[in-house]
Amino acid sequence: MAEGDGALTAGENARARLAETGVWPGKMTLAFLALLCGGALAGLVIEAADNWRTAFALFDAQTMRIAGFTLWQAALSTLLSVLPGLAVARALSRHPAFPGRGMLLRLFAVPLALPAIVAALGVLALYGRAGFLAEPLSLLTEGRWPGIYGLGGILIAHVFFNLPLAARLFLETLETVPADHWRLASQLGMNGRAQWRLIEWPVARSAMAGVSGLVFMLCVTSFVIVLTLGGGPAATTLEVAIYQALRFDFDPARAVGLTLLQLALTGALVFALARIGGRFFEAGTLSVVSRRFAAPGKGETIANTAVLAMAALFVLGPMAAIVAAGMQADLVRLAGESAVLKAAATSLMLALFAAALSAALSLSLVSARYRLAAARGRYGRALLLERLCDSGAALILVVPPIVIGAGWFVLVRHVGDVFAIAPLMVVCVNSAMAMPFVVRTIRPAHDAAASRHDRLAASLGISGLNRLRLIDWPVLKRPLLAGFAFAMALSLGDLGVIALFGSEQVQTLPYLLLARLGSYRTADAAGLALILGVMTLLLMTFAGRIGDRR
Amino acid sequence: MRLKTLITTTIAALAATFTAANAAETLTIYTYESFTAEWGPGPAVEQNFEAQCGCDLKFVAVADGVALLNRLKLEGEATGADIVLGLDTNLTAEAAATGLFAKHGIDLGNVDVPGGWTDDTFVPFDYGYFAVVYDTEKLKNPPSSLAELVDMQGDAKIVIQDPRTSTPGLGLVLWMRAVFGDQAGEAWSRLKDKVLTVTPGWSEAYGLFTNGEAEMVLSYTTSPAYHMIAEGSERYQAAAFTEGHYQQIEVAGLTSKGAANPLSAQFLSFMTGPGFQDVIPETNWMFPAGKTDKPLNPDFGKLVQQSKTLLFSAGEVEESRKAWVDEWLKVMGR
Repeated sequence: MAEGDGALTAGENARARLAETGVWPGKMTLAFLALLCGGALAGLVIEAADNWRTAFALFDAQTMRIAGFTLWQAALSTLLSVLPGLAVARALSRHPAFPGRGMLLRLFAVPLALPAIVAALGVLALYGRAGFLAEPLSLLTEGRWPGIYGLGGILIAHVFFNLPLAARLFLETLETVPADHWRLASQLGMNGRAQWRLIEWPVARSAMAGVSGLVFMLCVTSFVIVLTLGGGPAATTLEVAIYQALRFDFDPARAVGLTLLQLALTGALVFALARIGGRFFEAGTLSVVSRRFAAPGKGETIANTAVLAMAALFVLGPMAAIVAAGMQADLVRLAGESAVLKAAATSLMLALFAAALSAALSLSLVSARYRLAAARGRYGRALLLERLCDSGAALILVVPPIVIGAGWFVLVRHVGDVFAIAPLMVVCVNSAMAMPFVVRTIRPAHDAAASRHDRLAASLGISGLNRLRLIDWPVLKRPLLAGFAFAMALSLGDLGVIALFGSEQVQTLPYLLLARLGSYRTADAAGLALILGVMTLLLMTFAGRIGDRR
Repeated sequence: MRLKTLITTTIAALAATFTAANAAETLTIYTYESFTAEWGPGPAVEQNFEAQCGCDLKFVAVADGVALLNRLKLEGEATGADIVLGLDTNLTAEAAATGLFAKHGIDLGNVDVPGGWTDDTFVPFDYGYFAVVYDTEKLKNPPSSLAELVDMQGDAKIVIQDPRTSTPGLGLVLWMRAVFGDQAGEAWSRLKDKVLTVTPGWSEAYGLFTNGEAEMVLSYTTSPAYHMIAEGSERYQAAAFTEGHYQQIEVAGLTSKGAANPLSAQFLSFMTGPGFQDVIPETNWMFPAGKTDKPLNPDFGKLVQQSKTLLFSAGEVEESRKAWVDEWLKVMGR
């Protein structure tokens, strides 16, 4: 770059100026993320330095077993989600128009919006020993239905979340098959099997690694599901073990060792994923319908109908169970209870702040990345800063919320009341947690608008807040609101950091739900789950609506 | 400008949510969850004591007894607790060793527990015996000993508590140890298949049990009294075990912070008298450990009588708790 400086064209000069003026919010966001993770890591390192013997003495058989179980359940969950997910996606893509198809797609989007604790309760209300299906299931086993605590429950809940996700991702991939291919296939008289082998499978295979990787990652870092459905020390993942080391054993040194192991694991996974080209958060819209020339035969239609019906029932079951169990609770009393109202107010407040922060952080990163990219021109190499702006939002995937929480927990313990900083921790971590999603929502609109308006704004001398208000806001309003609602829904249902930091001082709805579950009031818990589920669903629907209406 | 108003009010509301108003005359007691539940002793105890002291009694609840101790260790000197209520004799040695507790200095004349009481740091408030409680409608042949429970045939399940958070959970670990000695680990590995799930606290386990998820639950010989007296039902019964039942004496102690608060000693004295003890049997469903004005409900006479009482000394437990819990963790984690 150095030799080229003198020869910059006027346009490049303008771009460079733009980059200088507009990048500082992005830098601050990166600093914030670095502080969030760095502080946690510092806390862990200080604790480990004090107690390094205990911290590392834990690489014993038991820890290895926990790590092994973490990977094993994730592998099984992935297998059980991805293969049926592919079958569902293919069935959907073979039948691009049938009554209820849109409903089915919308149904498959629901689990993404459902808080994990709500889903766990739904699964238990359906398949538990006293669940709605206990009687029929007992017919399958000798004697009474043994229930689903342990690996079984974990797998069911993970598949409930990830099968629909995998199906949507695969469907999206299958719909990228150009219409020409289908026309050709029909002209050549290919049957269903040949089409699968020659057209669909090659496309699906290319997405296989990415989808599997994403699902695997989500299951490795799953916390709430394992906590509520694990049923004891035999089914413990690293994240749950970290939580237990802090809240059960009060053994910070052990938590540090487990956290480092978890970091190594997620780090390795993200690295591997990046190598195989996994796409993290690109579950886009599914409105494209490619015209088909070959209609599936009768036998295939029946098979596909069966696949779709089974998947729909599987996803619908726990949701219906939540509604059925929730309706049995005294919802009116619950809604009037001061503890519930206070928790709801706290949840909404924290979620509002987290969502606002998340939207602001995401916008600053997106904008900084665009400006840096524009400044370097099309052919320059992306510098470190730009790459950080590009991928900084995904940091939270490598450093899971529980890990950040654990680090700050051991750090703050030395200086003050751990439970008093709960609101701050929840807002910061939840906002970071939602960033990958929010960035995905606002980036296309932002980049498109910026490429249209940047020069005009520069030539008119509009900048700063004026520019935000007059030029960017009207265009970015919808995607920002959509991202905001999405982040709010995520934060509202979250039971990660708050599980560590929650106490009687600060309770959110999911935390209260967990407490009610733990205090003999399962009917209350079911009612709260219903309320919470409806709240997040409304927000997600709002996000979807406003995001689509561009 | 509306946005500005919105932000200001939100911040104000947020601040109001998180700053609890602190009255001058307050006594803060950390205890376990089922104590403060609306059906637990907490509400009546609070009312009775506040009527006497003209102060504000504040309960802070955590999952269960062992979690109480963890919470205290975590907060250390900065703890907000004046009194910690709900540890048991299995934890007192370890609790005293933290140096966070002060001598109670009250008159123990009212205290009445089997075996007598002389501790100068902790004051007992109730006692009971661990037992396996079962559902007579679902389990026709309950086990009559721990050995039978461990080797039970069939598909009956039991819900137990985690010894790392819960005093009943720890109680079972000690009970197994008292009966099986060095064979306890091996006995656990046989019991493991019958364990439906391990919960962090007693209430969750009992909730799963009464919900019908499991046929048995680890609880107390006194638990059936609740169903007899409050529900008029004899459906849930405790199984009498021939090896004897492990005893639990629940205690409270005052922290070094609480020692500066005159209300603390006043509460501990109150705790050994009728204002507290009369509430215990039919809310905490344990035997009173102090002076009562009301006789026990005759239904308590129908309960299982333990043939033999098992109890390790506080010192023995302190010495071996970690090893025994680790043993449990190892077997259950397999």
